Amino acid sequence: MNTWVLFKRELSSYFATPIAYVFIIIFLFLSGIFTFYIGNFFGRGQADLVAFFNFHPWLYLFLIPALAMRLWAEERKSGSIELLLTLPVTVTEAVLGKFFAAWAFTAISLALTFPMWITVNYLGNPDNLVIFASYIGSLLMAGGFLAIGSCMSALTKNQVIAFVVSVVACLGFILAGFPLVLDFFSGWVPHIVVQTISSFSFLTHFQAISKGVIDLRDIIYFASVITFWLFATVIFIEMKKAD
Amino acid sequence: MMDTIVKIQRLRKEFGLLTAVNDISFEVKKGEVLGFLGPNGAGKSTTMKMITGFLTPTSGTVSVDGFDITERPLEVKKRIGYLPEGAPAYPDMTPLSFLNFIGDIRGLSSSQKLQRIDDVVSRVNLESVLYQPIDTLSKGFKRRVGLAQAILHDPEVLILDEPTDGLDPNQKHEVRSLITQMAEEKVIILSTHILEEVHAVCSRAIIIANGKVLADGTPNELESESPNHNAVTITVKKTDNPSAVRETLLAIPNVHKLETLEESDVLSYRLQAKSNLPIVAEVSQTAYEKQWEMLGLSVESGQLDEVFRTITTTSSRIN
Repeated sequence: MNTWVLFKRELSSYFATPIAYVFIIIFLFLSGIFTFYIGNFFGRGQADLVAFFNFHPWLYLFLIPALAMRLWAEERKSGSIELLLTLPVTVTEAVLGKFFAAWAFTAISLALTFPMWITVNYLGNPDNLVIFASYIGSLLMAGGFLAIGSCMSALTKNQVIAFVVSVVACLGFILAGFPLVLDFFSGWVPHIVVQTISSFSFLTHFQAISKGVIDLRDIIYFASVITFWLFATVIFIEMKKAD
Repeated sequence: MMDTIVKIQRLRKEFGLLTAVNDISFEVKKGEVLGFLGPNGAGKSTTMKMITGFLTPTSGTVSVDGFDITERPLEVKKRIGYLPEGAPAYPDMTPLSFLNFIGDIRGLSSSQKLQRIDDVVSRVNLESVLYQPIDTLSKGFKRRVGLAQAILHDPEVLILDEPTDGLDPNQKHEVRSLITQMAEEKVIILSTHILEEVHAVCSRAIIIANGKVLADGTPNELESESPNHNAVTITVKKTDNPSAVRETLLAIPNVHKLETLEESDVLSYRLQAKSNLPIVAEVSQTAYEKQWEMLGLSVESGQLDEVFRTITTTSSRIN
C-alpha cells in the first residue's frame, strides 16, 4: 500500500520535471540511430528487430544510471530523506516504491518504440513472438541495471559519483558475457569457470531471451540480480541514513 | 489526564569519536510545550532525529505512548508529526499534491484527507500558493508547507526543529500562535535558539550543551537562576548626600551589591539580592522611613539569555 503511494509520487515526479521528456526523446533518438545507421537495419534485408535490440545493453549502460542516480542521492542532498524515513513507511517499502517507479518509467520509454515494431511488420513478416520476447528481455535487463543504479545512488549524496560508479558496475555485468573477455579466460581456466563468469552477464541472458525462448532460468537470473541489489540498497540506507 | 507520552531515557549518540548526545533523559506530558535550547551543535537536532526514528541511538531508549522507537518504529512514527530542520519537501510538487501524498502515506481516507487538508491549509495560510511548485515558494511559505505536513494527521506528538528559523516577525508570530493553539491536546517539542520564543510558547525549557541537559524547568524557574533575578532598581529625587543614600541601601538585609546607574539629575541604583532573595519590600520600607522622594521602583525577573550564557559557557569550560 505504502509502496503504491510512493510509486505514484515518484512516477508523477518524473513527468513534473523535464527529466521524463528529455529521457524519452534521447532514448528514442539513440535507439533509432543505433538501429538504422550503426545496426544497418535496411542493409540486413531481414524482417526482424535484432539490429534494434542488440544495442540495448549499450544504450542502457549510460541511460539507466542517469535515471537511477537521483533515486536516493537527490533525497540525501535535499534532506527530504529525513522527511521520507520519519513517515510511517519502512525502508523496504521506500526502496521498492522508487525502484518500481523508475522501472515503470523505463517500460513507458520502451513501449514508445512501438513504431519500430509496426515498421518491421509493414516491411515483412517478422516472428512477432521473438520480438515480444526481446521486449521482455530488454525490460528485465533494464530492471537489473536500475537495481544496480539504485544501490549506488543510496551510497552517496553526489549524483555524479552515483552515475559514474553505476556505469562501471553495469559495464562489469555486460562485459562478463563479452566474447573478448570470455576468450581471454577460456585458454587457461577450466570451462566451468568461464561458464560461471558468462552466466553472470546480462548479455548472455538477454541474448538467450532475444532468441525467442523465454526460459525460466533467465527470468530467475534477472529476478535474483534485482532482488540482490535492492536488498543491498535497503541495507545501505538503513546503515547510513543520515550521512 | 496527564499521561507521560514521550519518555527519553539515557539517550546517547556517538558519531565516531564525537559524542553528540550524552545520556539525556526527560519526560514530556500531554499539554506541555517543551523548548529545547542550546547553542549550535549542542545536540538538539540529533536528539530530535532519534525521537523521530531517523537516527538510531547508540544506547538508551525513546518511547512514545509506550511504544519503543527501535522495536515498534512504525507505531511511533504514526503518532509523531515532524518538521525537520530546514523544512525539506519535494521541490517539484505543489503544496496540494505534497499534502495529498502525505495524507495517503499517513493512511487517511479520501474524505478525511480532504477535510484535513482544508483545515491545515487555512491554519497555516497556504491558500494562495496551493498550485505553485514548492521550488518557487519563499522561505516562509516553504516553512509553512513543512508545518502543514507535520500537523496533517493531527498527531499526538509534534516535533518541530527550529520552526520559526528564517521567518519574518509576522510569520514568527503566526507560527507561535499556531503552536499555542495546539498546545493543549498535544505534546510539543521544539528546538530554538531564540530565547524570546521560549517565553512566548514554551511551558517548559531544557537547556542542553555538548550533548548534556544543563537545566530543566519552566521559563520562570530558569530566569530565577539569573544573577539579576529579584534585583531592584530604585530611583529617588536627588539629595545633598548621595553617599549616605548608597550606604543606607547597602545596609538593607540581603542586599548584596549596589550599582550606581545615575547620580547627576536623580539618584538611581540597581541593587542585587543575596541568593536572589526578594528585597523589594525592604527597599521600599527603607525609602519610606528615610522619607526619600521616590521616582521609580522596579523588580527584575532576570534575563533568560543571561542564564543561557552563564550555563552554556561554564559547561564548555568544564569540558
